[in-house]
Amino acid sequence: MIKKLSELKKGEKAIIRELNLNGLTRRRLFDLGFIPGTDVMVVFESPLGDPVAYAVRGTLIALRREESEKIIVELVN
Amino acid sequence: MRIFKRKTAHTEDLYQIEIMPERKNNVIALAGNPNTGKSTIFNRLTGLRQHTGNWPGKTVKKAEGEFTFKNEEFKLIDLPGTYSLLSTSEDEEVARDFILFGNPDATIIVCDASVLERNLNLAFQIMQITYRCVLCVNLIDEARRKGFEIDKEQLEKEIGVPVVLTNAKSGEGIEELKEKMYLVATRLIKPNPRKIKMKDSIRKKIDLLVPLINESFTDLYSAEWIAMRLLEGDSKIFNAIKNGKLVELVNKGKLE
Repeated sequence: MIKKLSELKKGEKAIIRELNLNGLTRRRLFDLGFIPGTDVMVVFESPLGDPVAYAVRGTLIALRREESEKIIVELVN
Repeated sequence: MRIFKRKTAHTEDLYQIEIMPERKNNVIALAGNPNTGKSTIFNRLTGLRQHTGNWPGKTVKKAEGEFTFKNEEFKLIDLPGTYSLLSTSEDEEVARDFILFGNPDATIIVCDASVLERNLNLAFQIMQITYRCVLCVNLIDEARRKGFEIDKEQLEKEIGVPVVLTNAKSGEGIEELKEKMYLVATRLIKPNPRKIKMKDSIRKKIDLLVPLINESFTDLYSAEWIAMRLLEGDSKIFNAIKNGKLVELVNKGKLE
């Protein structure tokens, strides 16, 4: 199932498919490991639900909704 | 055809990096992601004989130290820990400018063995700019604890530069690191980093730009890298070419 990264719930795993971002933000996310084909999982949610910490390529990275809603993922069961 | 003007304008301090006045010793740059044990490696190599300060014009810490190995003097420059050389933080700019224009005799790329894949992003970016690299896979104790071993020979074959496995905390692999760094810095071995595959359409554009860049900067290894930045629309590189700053820096680096 195709979703936005921001729609994942705690503990759900997915594969990154696409980044609907341009320029520096896109580059930055690539550098942090958010590359199409990479596994990603929601690990922590902050009390108000933003930002959210994701496990990606062996580390934890927290993203704000601003970025995470532009990352398209495919849910894995 | 010459597309870049040879002019020296100082309106911008974008590329204000320190270039060693006269170079008696070998200059080694130490690069790597944050939290890879870069500082521990630095201390192991220099034995804590370090001078600290800031990079000129930047609020970025700079540490340098000296040591001798096989009767050769080495000056080690600790670059800020970064994930990339392509985004715009000050840290990344300092690191990339030094590798591009500081003309180090060798660059040691420190990686965390337990998350090697993630760290290779920066390694490949550096290997596009300079071939005189040594890949130092640090924290192998941590990787072992997680239950895996790094296949050094295979990794070396895959990426084309010398690989050394280290545990800086215990000192394991440090002598080998010195040896490899010595061989690369003194030109006794010439690493041949693996080239990144690109889409044909991009490849064609780069092949068009590289000869033009080389006309203005003779034998610049990183011509391809500069071509890629231009294609990406990196305004800093573009301006540096336009105002002559790039020519100036490249030539300065070469004189030494």
